[in-house]
Amino acid sequence: MSHTISALVLNQPGVLARVAGLFSGRGFNIESLCVAETLDPSTSRMTIVTRGNDQVIEQITKQLNKLVDIIKVVDFFGSDYVDREMILIKVTAESSSRAEILRIVDIFRGKIVDVTPKSYTIEVSGDENKIRAIIDLLKPMGIKEVVRTGKVAISRGSKGI
Amino acid sequence: MKKTGAQILLESLQLEGVDTIFGFPGGSVIGIYDALFNSPIRHILVRHEQAAVHAADGYARSSGRIGVCLVTSGPGATNTVTGIATAYMDSIPVVVLTGQVSTGLIGNDAFQEADIMGITRPCTKHSYLVKDVKELARTIKEAFYIAGTGRPGPVLVDLPKDVIADSAEFNYPESVNMQSYNPTYRGHRGQIQKAFKLILKANRPLIYAGGGVISSNASEELTTFARTLSIPVTATLMGLGCFPGVDDLSLGMLGMHGTYRANMAVTNCDLLIAIGARFDDRVTGKIDGFAPNAKIIHIDIDPTSISKNIRVHIPIVGDAKDVLKKINKLIQEEKEDWKSIRREWLDQIFQWKNTYLLAYEQKDVIKPQYVVEKIYEITKGEAIISTEVGQNQMWTAQYYHFTKPRTLLTSGGLGTMGYGFPAAIGAQIAFPEKTVIDIAGDGSIQMNIQELATVAQYNLPVKIAILNNRYLGMVRQWQGLFHNKRYSHTSLEVSPDFVKLAEAYGAVGLRATKPEEVVPTIEKALSISKAVIMDFVVEQEEDVYPMVPVGAPLKEMLLV
Ligand SMILES: Cc1ncc(C[n+]2csc(CCOP(=O)(O)OP(=O)(O)O)c2C)c(N)n1
Ligand SMILES: [Mg+2]
Repeated sequence: MSHTISALVLNQPGVLARVAGLFSGRGFNIESLCVAETLDPSTSRMTIVTRGNDQVIEQITKQLNKLVDIIKVVDFFGSDYVDREMILIKVTAESSSRAEILRIVDIFRGKIVDVTPKSYTIEVSGDENKIRAIIDLLKPMGIKEVVRTGKVAISRGSKGI
Repeated sequence: MKKTGAQILLESLQLEGVDTIFGFPGGSVIGIYDALFNSPIRHILVRHEQAAVHAADGYARSSGRIGVCLVTSGPGATNTVTGIATAYMDSIPVVVLTGQVSTGLIGNDAFQEADIMGITRPCTKHSYLVKDVKELARTIKEAFYIAGTGRPGPVLVDLPKDVIADSAEFNYPESVNMQSYNPTYRGHRGQIQKAFKLILKANRPLIYAGGGVISSNASEELTTFARTLSIPVTATLMGLGCFPGVDDLSLGMLGMHGTYRANMAVTNCDLLIAIGARFDDRVTGKIDGFAPNAKIIHIDIDPTSISKNIRVHIPIVGDAKDVLKKINKLIQEEKEDWKSIRREWLDQIFQWKNTYLLAYEQKDVIKPQYVVEKIYEITKGEAIISTEVGQNQMWTAQYYHFTKPRTLLTSGGLGTMGYGFPAAIGAQIAFPEKTVIDIAGDGSIQMNIQELATVAQYNLPVKIAILNNRYLGMVRQWQGLFHNKRYSHTSLEVSPDFVKLAEAYGAVGLRATKPEEVVPTIEKALSISKAVIMDFVVEQEEDVYPMVPVGAPLKEMLLV
């Protein structure tokens, strides 16, 4: 089962290495990992998407909590939360397909961020389903490159983690 | 007034109550060594950095204090890795101070540069690179705090040469303020209540005690708990000594080379109370066969140990001492005749005990078990014993009845050959008056034999008893049992003459080749106030029994 885990960590060198090392050393898998500073520059927020049975996920959250530089860990699984991912797609745009691509981008509320006579570069953000859908729709046009940020997530409601 | 980084470091150590450090100098720490020259801190010059960590570890295990070692950058630092991993696996509080190249050179492949933080990240509890002398005092404070609290473990502090030379005002922080590190000491009352109810209802309860009982200094509480409710106790290798090994309720060690009665008791109990233990594979055997009919209560300070290998019914996160105190308070009210309530269960265990006693037959060649048994008798169980790894370690666990915590120093988790001798040095430094004996194998002892020079230099009367079977015995035993006796590269055909070797280093060497020489040899060694190597030429192909083969359930023990 895929779980989205959010960790508040001290913004210190080596924290990422500790987290990555924990996953590789214990054979846990990482589907995606996103890190950036929070409002408070002394802390960072990590969003980790991982997969495993209940026992594995329990170990992952406990092991993360045990790292001295980690302040708080929340597994969003089963709770109400929003997750988003941003994706940049470079797609072949021949004159025959340009209009169709623009229409798809429009439907997905994406943006064209770069144009050449032969290609469009598109920016879209959304949840997993939306990202998958746009990739599927653009595939027939010829996708040259895809770059994804990985997921970020936040709980719904007024409270923070 | 400003002080140099080196002065700040040493004064911080003193404020942490450090009286001794184990170390080995080099270019990047020469400034610290200069400050040590007239510091009240005692420095023990080992002959290999691995031994510095093991000695600090032995000092910590035997005394309950934090062990400290100091080494130079690069090769000095990389030589500590096995020592650090050993301490990490057994949760021993050690602070490892490593030199580092100057901050401007880090990342440059500078001379004697090693990314020791990176190398040791998976085997330290935490680590620091001090980049600014102003951070040094706080870092040392935190390092000691982290090493010694919660589930203890090694903490590494990497000290660049320029930071040590730089100066700053010295203010040692009074307390630690870390928002991200708060170990849970106090057990949850509701969980303790639930556990208590289960304990009262159980018909065949069993305590499974591990090293956590020793690190939390909870032996007294454990003993009260077990004796009040007449609950038998089995201990892991790391837990030996946490409950008197000679008590009627003691079943000895469990697991791969555990006693028959302990393994049978685990298999048949209806309630297993795990305290400061982590369900290691050498303890559980095949997991499905481990306490298959039991409800499990697990008390541990480290949440990651709970439900890692086996599902438990009542987890209690907390310090063993605190939790046991609370349980003991609850049981005071229950004035039942626990002895008679337990009679059936204890009778059953007694039967198991008589079905298969640990035994060996002493004929004309010295049996290694006999040597351990005699060391136990002659020292009356009062010595501090360290071991190497292999058969020597298991026979020590089986035949030396540890009655007090912190009297057995052994590498349980990592199984590090070469641990025992330097660990004995650390213990001897902590307890100059006590008898400290390393029960060794002829293979393992050669892995840190150079420390004979250290014991000579500091007049440490450490005793080494080599169970010399001319084999890497434990591996040979496996080859015998599982590889058709194909003794591939386990024969130690050539070893030094250990008696002469001892003499070469200024120690005393004694050899026993006949059973009747064993007792006089031990007695003589103990009467000498110098380091002594006792070379016991023992039966070559003696095996350790009982033995649960890897992957089998505990009840499937190979007996002799
Ligand atoms: C550093 C290290 N290398 C290899 C091993 C694997 N090993 C486990 S026991 C053993 C044999 C030890 O031989 P010896 O010290 O003579 O002890 P004995 O079993 O004969 O008592 C070996 C090689 C180990 N535990 N540690
Ligand atoms: Mg041997």
